[in-house]
Amino acid sequence: MSGEVSAGPAPQDRQRHEGGSSEGVSALRAVANKWIGRSVTRLEDPPLVRGRGRFAADISFVHQLHMRIVRAQHAHGKIASIDTSAARALPGVIAVWTAADIAEVPPIDFREGRIPAFEPYRQPVLATEQVRYVGEPLAAVFAEDPYLAEDAVDLVSFDIEEMPVLLAAEAEPGEFSPGRSTEVSVIRQGYGDVDAVLRSAPIVVDLEVSIGRHSGVPLEGRGAIARYDAARDILELHGAAKVPHRNRDLLARMLKLAPSSIHVHESHVGGGFGIRGELYPEDFLVCVAAMRFNRPVKWIEDRREHLIAANHSRQQLHHLRAAVDNEGRILAIDDRYFHDQGAYVRTHAARVVHMTAGILPGPYRVPAYRAVGHFRLTNKTPAATYRAPGRYETTFVRERLIDAIATRLGLEPNEVRRRNAIAAHEMPYHRPLEALGEEIEHDSGDYVGLLDKLLAALDWDKRKAELARRRAVGEAVGAGFAMFVEKSGLGPADGVRIEVDGSGMVELVTGGASLGQGFETVMAQVCAEVLGTDYRRVRVIHGQTDRIAYGIGAHASRATVMTASATHNGAVKLRAKAIEAAAALMQARPDALEIVDGKVLRKAEPAGPSISLGELAEHLAPTSKTLGGREPGLCAEGWFRVKHQVYPYGIHFAVVKVDRETGGVAVEDYVIAYDIGRAINPALVKGQIVGGFAQGLGGALLEEFTYNERGDPLATTFADYLMPTTREIPEVHVILREDFTSPLNPLGIKGAGESGITGVGAAIASAIDDAIGMPGAVTQLPVTPQRLKEILNRSVSSPPRSRAAS
Amino acid sequence: MKPARFRYHAPKTIEEAVDTLAEVAGEDGRVLAGGQSLVPIMAFRLARPAHLVDINGVEGLRRLSVEGERLCIGACVRHAAFHTPVVDGPLGRLLATVVRHIAHYPIRTRGTFCGSIAHADPSAEWCLVATALGAEMVARRAASTRTIPAQDFFRGIMTTALEEDELLIEVRLPILPADTRFGFYEFNRRAGDFALGMALVAFRLQGGVIREPRVALGGIESQPRRIAEAEQLLAGRAAERAAFEAAAAAVASVVDPLEDAVTSATYRRDLSVTVTRRALERAAA
Ligand SMILES: Cc1cc2nc3c(=O)[nH]c(=O)nc-3n(C[C@H](O)[C@H](O)[C@H](O)COP(=O)(O)OP(=O)(O)OC[C@H]3O[C@@H](n4cnc5c(N)ncnc54)[C@H](O)[C@@H]3O)c2cc1C
Repeated sequence: MSGEVSAGPAPQDRQRHEGGSSEGVSALRAVANKWIGRSVTRLEDPPLVRGRGRFAADISFVHQLHMRIVRAQHAHGKIASIDTSAARALPGVIAVWTAADIAEVPPIDFREGRIPAFEPYRQPVLATEQVRYVGEPLAAVFAEDPYLAEDAVDLVSFDIEEMPVLLAAEAEPGEFSPGRSTEVSVIRQGYGDVDAVLRSAPIVVDLEVSIGRHSGVPLEGRGAIARYDAARDILELHGAAKVPHRNRDLLARMLKLAPSSIHVHESHVGGGFGIRGELYPEDFLVCVAAMRFNRPVKWIEDRREHLIAANHSRQQLHHLRAAVDNEGRILAIDDRYFHDQGAYVRTHAARVVHMTAGILPGPYRVPAYRAVGHFRLTNKTPAATYRAPGRYETTFVRERLIDAIATRLGLEPNEVRRRNAIAAHEMPYHRPLEALGEEIEHDSGDYVGLLDKLLAALDWDKRKAELARRRAVGEAVGAGFAMFVEKSGLGPADGVRIEVDGSGMVELVTGGASLGQGFETVMAQVCAEVLGTDYRRVRVIHGQTDRIAYGIGAHASRATVMTASATHNGAVKLRAKAIEAAAALMQARPDALEIVDGKVLRKAEPAGPSISLGELAEHLAPTSKTLGGREPGLCAEGWFRVKHQVYPYGIHFAVVKVDRETGGVAVEDYVIAYDIGRAINPALVKGQIVGGFAQGLGGALLEEFTYNERGDPLATTFADYLMPTTREIPEVHVILREDFTSPLNPLGIKGAGESGITGVGAAIASAIDDAIGMPGAVTQLPVTPQRLKEILNRSVSSPPRSRAAS
Repeated sequence: MKPARFRYHAPKTIEEAVDTLAEVAGEDGRVLAGGQSLVPIMAFRLARPAHLVDINGVEGLRRLSVEGERLCIGACVRHAAFHTPVVDGPLGRLLATVVRHIAHYPIRTRGTFCGSIAHADPSAEWCLVATALGAEMVARRAASTRTIPAQDFFRGIMTTALEEDELLIEVRLPILPADTRFGFYEFNRRAGDFALGMALVAFRLQGGVIREPRVALGGIESQPRRIAEAEQLLAGRAAERAAFEAAAAAVASVVDPLEDAVTSATYRRDLSVTVTRRALERAAA
């Protein structure tokens, strides 16, 4: 069952046709140009599998300095003094900076521009008067080698007057600074008269659920290497990927430089997940130091730093009340939640807490809705986006609600889903809520239809009976579902420039970015298919701000939707230009020509004369005699703009087995059904989904940034921050559907980057409830053995009930 | 994550090793065996030894042999050596069973049996084995050699009877009688992690009756320990569920579980019941 793509023109079929000779030359030729929908091998792999990739730590410049950060060891306190003299005296140490040394650099601003209300809560590059979390940068050491830099850090002493710590967002807010509360703001979204509906509803379901603090932990930690090239008056920053142009603009704003004088370069990336590639204190420090010392400056994060200094995510507590009718139809949802932002508001500002409110209703009709989100600071590492921000959290909350309604009414959870899901004929479905600054409009889909397909693929009735049989003989096994709507393809625009050189090689320059997801391959597939060449003849340049002026990068499952659409549009123009030029040279009508495998030829005469794209590029050179009145160059720009994001959807299914004695949970089976609209490369989509699942499993069962009562982080190594390994991850079956192509872009694409993670916490929680026969038992993620054991001990007094078998 | 400065010594013989250790022990000189515990804590600068005495080049410490009724495990014998039974009979099988629970394979190809004993993590499998079976630790310093029985060797969390200038040159395990049955059960959050709790039991079955029972727990208290109360309950009883449950209950009633910010004493106590009973069931199976 794994990785199948069904409905629509199945890519496997296209591949199968490729070898067929019986269908004649024209069919073969059509297949030769077919790259979209095929699981072709990745263009980016050859250097990676040969150990010749270039990750942040691989980037070095002659004469470079190494930076090391002195980090706060107290969760909250006043900085009485910092003594750097002993560190500065160490031979090989060039400088040790504290906040006073970079007084001209303002606190780190928001990526999308100024937000005056949040400004007081921004993080200074180096702590000024107070420290607010363990790990906060206090000072920076610059030395000739990284060992020396670390030795020098040991010699920096500081005197911190400890202050009381605030560690829970749901606790009474404290004072951030005189007269300023730790509650940064209260986010409100909603519609309808929720109070009236709650008053008159026959049933009101109450829920209190929480999601643990965890985050994206990429294999490659952060890194920042800056170099100021005085000869060109250019400041270069290497290391951060994801949003190079946005980062350039933010750097320019904060360092008071012209954007064009900063070049941000993306290299290979060992995972991004939303947290890597944002601008952090270290990025500013290396830039300022590179200019001040006139030497390149390199900083490579270590794992311990990563776990306390890079963005955390996810921690929320929801108090939710839902009004429901006697048939299980949701009439209203009233959600009050507490978002633990950690110590400062970082580059993302209120993105996660805001999206949480917008996205919570997900696939269901919710006639009246109110979400009130308390955006609060605590003395922990600052938080921001992590793969499926707001969706992992709200899918857990919302699907716990579905289960609770099912239990209350004695219905199957999937029946509750059917009764509430937005129907296919209601598309596009508009909801007066916002996500990422856009009004939500579900573009297309059939949620119940996908559920039916999943149930059929699972042979659900048989499986359900089998699980019941196993439970009857004492095994604690159970199954759970989670339905969700993703959002993807964040606009508003993306552009590419495509140019063919004299060898016929195509260069595609984009402001998109790669986080290792196969971006180059996918763009090359789209470009090659539209243009009519081999995808291996397309070189994709991304994440280089000196090559293209505009770009929004890779996040929010946007890259394939936005950049591939721009690529499509650019390739259409390029193709037209090639055909037009070739028509003149070949004395043919443009519509009698086509481009196959990089050659323009007559449709009627495929074996006849042809002209290659490389030759055409030479004909179109500025000095060419055959250029005529045309704009020189075989090149084109393609742009794509959207008003709304795309809303793909999916369902997760989990089977778990609980060890009642230890509280251990093993995932026996996991299936993800997902409608992607159109899969450019099904194998890569599957990779995204399976990888996302693994991370979701971490958040469901293992990963948690824990703190003691003093605010000391406890999960600062991989011995305490537990990530799932191959031994904990079951094989994931992906049912990839192309049922509803998106009407919002030329290829019908929906994003896929986050769909594997979104429903994991929800589905596993539901399966655990089912396994132990205690509906609604799981209210907190991650479900650690100790927490589950406590739940099970509670049940010793009240014997297990079975929920209406779903 | 860069260790502080240290001096590196690479002796070639046991004599050279203990002489070097005698010289540098006063300045926090340490033995470097597989490095799988020491190097990470040096990278965190939680340990800053001024000298490392690397014993990996000492030929005389590689031996793994049976002498009389003892299996002698030299200080350079890696965990991975035990993947296939190193002696016939139950001891070889026991070691081959337990070793698969220690970390992951790459770590097992470097980490050493004796290093694990010297490091004395409360959750280390080899420390539990040494305790359960009554190992002898052979400690050598420049002038003398002494043998320390397991019950005197472990002195709490990462603390042992070894002196700073002593090299643990080998650990000796008794060869188990052929009719010995053993059972091992470990619970951890992920495969390869240190145990949250584990039990190793061994006994002989004679006419369906348990003789010479050994019940040892690891990961629950600050050091592995044999639980005499449970052993007394088992001796002379049939190898049946009732006896196992009684023994497991006895364990829970006497253990003094570790508690940390993430794991409560209650949880560990509950776990001690489960791991004991399951280890006994495996032994009986
Ligand atoms: C990811 C990971 C997971 C792990 N999981 C487990 C696990 O599940 N169970 C487990 O038991 N272990 C585990 N370990 C630890 C591993 O088994 C180590 O190999 C072992 O604890 C120490 O052995 P070593 O040879 O590596 O010793 P080293 O790291 O070289 O030394 C450890 C300490 O013992 C001292 N020492 C070493 N040898 C001698 C000697 N002959 N005489 C005197 N002192 C000596 C050293 O000076 C040092 O203080 C894990 C390690 C890692 C990295």
